[in-house]
Amino acid sequence: MRFLFKTAYQQDIRLFKHGGQAFWYSALGLALLAAPFVLPDYWVSQLNFIWIYSIVSVGLMILVGFTGQVSIGHAAFLAMGAYTEAYLQGHGWPFALSLTFSALVAGITGVIVGLPALRVKGMYLAIATMAFGFIVEEGIARADSITGGNAGRMLGSLEVFGIPIDSELRMYFLTLIVLALVVLGVMNLLRSPTGRAFVAIRDSEISAQSMGINLARYKTIAFALSAAITGLAGALYAHKLRFLSPDQFTFLQSIELLIILVVGGVGSIYGAIFGAAFWIVVQQLIVLAKDWLPPAIGQQTGLQPTIFGLILVAFVLFEPMGLYGRWLKVRTFFQLFPFYRKGMFRRQKSYMKSERLK
Amino acid sequence: MKPLLTANNLSVQFGGLKAVNNVSFEVWPNEVFSLIGPNGAGKTTIFNLISGLYRPTSGFVTFEGEKISHLAPYEIARLGIARTFQNIELFEHATVLQNLLVGRHCHRHTNWFQDLLFTPRVRQTELQFRRTVEEVIEFLELQHYRDSMVAGLPYGVRKVVELGRALSMRPKLLLLDEPSSGLNVEETEDMGFWIEDIKHDLGITVIMVEHDMGLVSRVSDRVFALNQGEELALGTAAEVQAHPAVVEAYLGGADG
Repeated sequence: MRFLFKTAYQQDIRLFKHGGQAFWYSALGLALLAAPFVLPDYWVSQLNFIWIYSIVSVGLMILVGFTGQVSIGHAAFLAMGAYTEAYLQGHGWPFALSLTFSALVAGITGVIVGLPALRVKGMYLAIATMAFGFIVEEGIARADSITGGNAGRMLGSLEVFGIPIDSELRMYFLTLIVLALVVLGVMNLLRSPTGRAFVAIRDSEISAQSMGINLARYKTIAFALSAAITGLAGALYAHKLRFLSPDQFTFLQSIELLIILVVGGVGSIYGAIFGAAFWIVVQQLIVLAKDWLPPAIGQQTGLQPTIFGLILVAFVLFEPMGLYGRWLKVRTFFQLFPFYRKGMFRRQKSYMKSERLK
Repeated sequence: MKPLLTANNLSVQFGGLKAVNNVSFEVWPNEVFSLIGPNGAGKTTIFNLISGLYRPTSGFVTFEGEKISHLAPYEIARLGIARTFQNIELFEHATVLQNLLVGRHCHRHTNWFQDLLFTPRVRQTELQFRRTVEEVIEFLELQHYRDSMVAGLPYGVRKVVELGRALSMRPKLLLLDEPSSGLNVEETEDMGFWIEDIKHDLGITVIMVEHDMGLVSRVSDRVFALNQGEELALGTAAEVQAHPAVVEAYLGGADG
């Protein structure tokens, strides 16, 4: 067990709270740098998907996990980023610029979609964001000249600062760097007033505003940041797929993104990344399992959604804190060994909330 | 001397119900002003009118001589009015420290973009915030709970954390909505000491809604009694308690 002796307020602000953490994260960093050289190309490609999905999940986590606003139209922001990137690249913009611009376009759209959030909550907000998702999906199919419509749109080969990204290996480093920067940014937010304002809005709007937090402003910031990060991932996604069509950005995908958060653990950055990794890995395992299963099961059309549905139900029932919650419990078990008690993570039900003002 | 806060012919109506009806009072700097009255008298409604959660149907509130009734709750908070809630409205899935740091929100000088980059300026303000918050932690003896999640704390401690969050704002005026409700005798005693210290040592004006007359008489400079949204009596705790209209409101009329 580790005892932390705190002697300076700085210690609570640091990203790594103690030497052990710094050591393990460095080790993880080295492992991630070495991984693509060791793994076969196929798995490097899957890792790339994990990084891209992680960026999306971190973006969605800002909104859902930290600010407590629901969105079931996030695939639309992914699409905005992807198509903006495809369009701008087609017009010869350099990648750094087009990537920034893709995030910007998605972010500004996020501000607009966030407007109803200033008035409605919960279910109604969910419906509003869902409607937005449908509008974008339909819009992409109709705007032939920009998006290629239902026929789809190809992307040219990617070049970053003169380096051609022509292999999975190079794509790996590009996506990993973007993910690292996004995670760093979000961690910065969380240890600063903006992040605390998000969490305050999530837990009690009424007292957040009585503490001087401008609800409209911070909800808008949350929507904008979440959408911008998702747009960023969208741009990378476009290059990963090399081909875009409207059926890649459906309502179902928005739901998948939410499932990733729930499975990973709502309310933490780890959760977002664990969820994304789990999602991609299980998808691959299902593909592999298809060959082993008897054809009557293996060739069923709805196999993947069914399995994901079951997994989601299992998580909601048995581990509402998601994979991250499970990881916390396992870690605590070993840290406190042999003193871990069952029910250590059980929280008391909150006290009376009957007389809420709103 | 000018009053810190005034309520001028304040009324609010919900449908046909006059929750607060033509109420006026003045609160002087550095006093403890208590609102008492039976349930449904409109005490919390007055708090919500002051902190901007409700808009008055007629009348207005002034703070330091300026009308504030048209301002949004967050703008009123920024003027230096902090409050607690009857049923505790803490940020449950955050630590005590984080809750208190939210109290410093109005004093931030950085925007979200600087926060995203965690610039030296952000770091500096964070350290300043922490120093202020630590003073509050020491004042309320919350050291033991600093890093605990609020969701796991007992009721009495939450009540103190909520007071601490309001104090972290370093407000000019503190609105306490039933600070002793749900506390045991000893905790109520502590709360009384703290309210006295808040007035004497921190120089903060307090408006308090409270049912425990023991606590009210101990800490209040003046007491304002309400019933069914209307003023009954105003004076020292002893005067108000002896006032015939107050006795009638609480116990019913002699012929009742």
